[in-house]
Amino acid sequence: MIEMLGLPAASSFADDIDMVFSVIFWIVFFWFLLAEGVFFYLIFRFRKKEGVRAQYITGELKSEKRWITIPHNLILVFDVIIVIAAVKVWYTVKQDLPDAPDKQIVRIVAQQWAWTFVHPGPDGQLDTPDDIAKINELHVQVDRLHHFQLESKDVVHSFSVPVFRLKQDAIPGRVITGWFTPTKTGEYDIQCTEICGVGHALMPARIFIETADQHAAWVASNSSVSVASATVR
Amino acid sequence: MATAPVHHETHDDHGHARAGFIRHYFFSTDHKMIAMQYMFTGMAMALIGGFFAYAFRMQLAFPGMDVPGFGVVSANEYNHLITNHGAIMIFWVAMPVLIAAFGNYLIPLMIGCDDMVFPKLNRLSYQIFLLSALILIASFFVPGGGFAGAWTMYPPLSTKPEFGLTPLGATLFVVAVGVEFVAFLLGGINFVTTAMNSRAPGMRMYDIPMVVWMIVIASILFMGSVGPLVAGAVMLIFDQNFGTAFFDPTRGGDPVLWQHLFWFFGHPEVYVVLLPAVGIVAEIITVFSRKKLFAYRTVLYTAFGTGVLSFMVWAHHQFIAGIDPRMANIFTITTLLISIPVAEMLFVYIATLFGGSITFTTPMLWALSFIATFLIGGVTGIFLGASGADIYLHDTYFVLAHFHYTFFPIAIIGTFAGITFWFPKMFGRMMNERLGKIHFWGTVIAFNCIFIPLFVVGVAGEHRRIYDFTNFPELARPALRNLDEFATISLLVMLAFQPIFLFNLFYSMFRGPKAPKNPWNSNTLEWSADSPPPHGNWPELPRVYRGPYEYSVPGREQDYWPQNAPN
Repeated sequence: MIEMLGLPAASSFADDIDMVFSVIFWIVFFWFLLAEGVFFYLIFRFRKKEGVRAQYITGELKSEKRWITIPHNLILVFDVIIVIAAVKVWYTVKQDLPDAPDKQIVRIVAQQWAWTFVHPGPDGQLDTPDDIAKINELHVQVDRLHHFQLESKDVVHSFSVPVFRLKQDAIPGRVITGWFTPTKTGEYDIQCTEICGVGHALMPARIFIETADQHAAWVASNSSVSVASATVR
Repeated sequence: MATAPVHHETHDDHGHARAGFIRHYFFSTDHKMIAMQYMFTGMAMALIGGFFAYAFRMQLAFPGMDVPGFGVVSANEYNHLITNHGAIMIFWVAMPVLIAAFGNYLIPLMIGCDDMVFPKLNRLSYQIFLLSALILIASFFVPGGGFAGAWTMYPPLSTKPEFGLTPLGATLFVVAVGVEFVAFLLGGINFVTTAMNSRAPGMRMYDIPMVVWMIVIASILFMGSVGPLVAGAVMLIFDQNFGTAFFDPTRGGDPVLWQHLFWFFGHPEVYVVLLPAVGIVAEIITVFSRKKLFAYRTVLYTAFGTGVLSFMVWAHHQFIAGIDPRMANIFTITTLLISIPVAEMLFVYIATLFGGSITFTTPMLWALSFIATFLIGGVTGIFLGASGADIYLHDTYFVLAHFHYTFFPIAIIGTFAGITFWFPKMFGRMMNERLGKIHFWGTVIAFNCIFIPLFVVGVAGEHRRIYDFTNFPELARPALRNLDEFATISLLVMLAFQPIFLFNLFYSMFRGPKAPKNPWNSNTLEWSADSPPPHGNWPELPRVYRGPYEYSVPGREQDYWPQNAPN
């Protein structure tokens, strides 16, 4: 449903989040139509007519209250379905941290008003001299598990990749770890979604999702220049 | 504050002769005058808040344009406008009008007493409120400009001038919010005490009109939730000015602490303004469908249930803010649970219409549109309360459209419903129905045209508080830009309909046809007083014999049965 609005699903959990969205959409759409339908029918049916007097209904009798309690219990059932669907996805995306031998770790540093993405160099390790630090460019490899370490240098920012359906606030003083596995190659937006001052609209970054070969080539072409920039941190 | 009841002197309990103009309009202790002060101050603030919305929506739809009446909107001005639009509309429009104005006006009149139990405290409450509004307006003109860090004031952006760039504006903003809460604390004490202690003889708990109950519950919620926020505001002011580090991570503080303090207040606050509007709607739909309120006690219990639950849902604003992810599961459950009492309230109102004899007066149209539109606000909240979906939707225009679909029905539709319904009592004259209906349709249709497109752009990934989307290739697509333009044009249409209301209001105040005591054939006590009621409300306080919603009782000739009629 979200993809229909021109936003591809490019992470392993994007389809799950879209599914939760669709489940909720159809449930609430059903209730919305039902409630509005009954509402407009009653307004029309019981509009004032000459000589017809309104009925005296207290709504305190059990037979009358049924009209409230049955929908009420049904809503409870639907709420349970939604909670299960939501918590399941939440667990996958935020609570769980899957591990894999070939996982890639990237460091994401937010500041007013730029993103610094620190990628491991040819040795595959962060915090070594060959790290590749890039401003506003995140390079990742498709179908490979990535862990990110999210930091902020000044105020609260929020790291959002709409095609991943992923969002996480960056809190100064903390390192927040999360994960994603890209599933589609291409170049997409990264947004800052928490107001961070006058340049809040000037923090657009791009994510480049590359095949293994492309990514290796990118690492190789950057490994020499990055030795100096990595020590800046 | 142009007109008001002028025959105070007829009531000798209050012992002052004809007061001077200043004393009458600015230092009155009459609950009705204080209500009018709150209402007109709130309406003036709404004009400012509406103008701000106009300016930043124009920038969003037509980036870089010279907005007529404002000029080019810079990035900092944009942030300033959205920050103060939010703060004004919630703290200086919804709160004073829904709770303070209607609470002050209706509670004594509907429970049958002559004034609030603490009239001077009441006057002080308004004066402090006015001071807070003046502080806020003053903050727009200090060096560095007004605060621009969003109405949620998240530190460190709000605490450090080098991040927020508004050293004085930020402090004044927090001070204004804090001072305002003192005003509403005084008001809340008054509302609860008056409703509990000063009811007319014969009025039992279940004979209290629903709107009075709702304002009382809202006041209790407000008083219960505001403490942490006032404490937080003081800490924020200390962080800003006196070198403390409550929220400064570089010196051992924690910025997320503020978010907890803020939202612990912020979420009950939604229900603080919701409940009075729900109460107003209950009064109106019963009168104009000539029906007894369906399951009075159920409505009351759901309001209590909503109130209690509203204290347990705050962290759904912080799902992705770095809280322990396990916590999100608990708050997802409580948030979805709160959908049950709120849905039940709407079901009760829909059920009340069954078997009625519905007339479509202007106040009834507003009340019905409240039910129809608030439903959209309610169901879209489910997406955001469900943690899994919120990962994506958080801080997008979907959130914005959702809470405008709750706050607009509450603060704007609820207020128009209340004003058009009680206008005959307030000013002793009738409003023009034709103008009222033109204004109604123009406002409600345009409102839906503003925010339905914003749901769509939100799901497509547009995020909030961005003054120009052209830097984002995925969001600069013409399809999305056109929807934003459509929303802005709808806003212009909606604003264009508002002078009709203002004209109707002020023209009817002076020239409208004289209103009888009880123009709508309503049961509640305020309609047994003169229109407008004099100082002291009744020459002799009324006695209550039955509940407020005895409409169309079988065997009676009249289809209404006033609470104060002995038989």
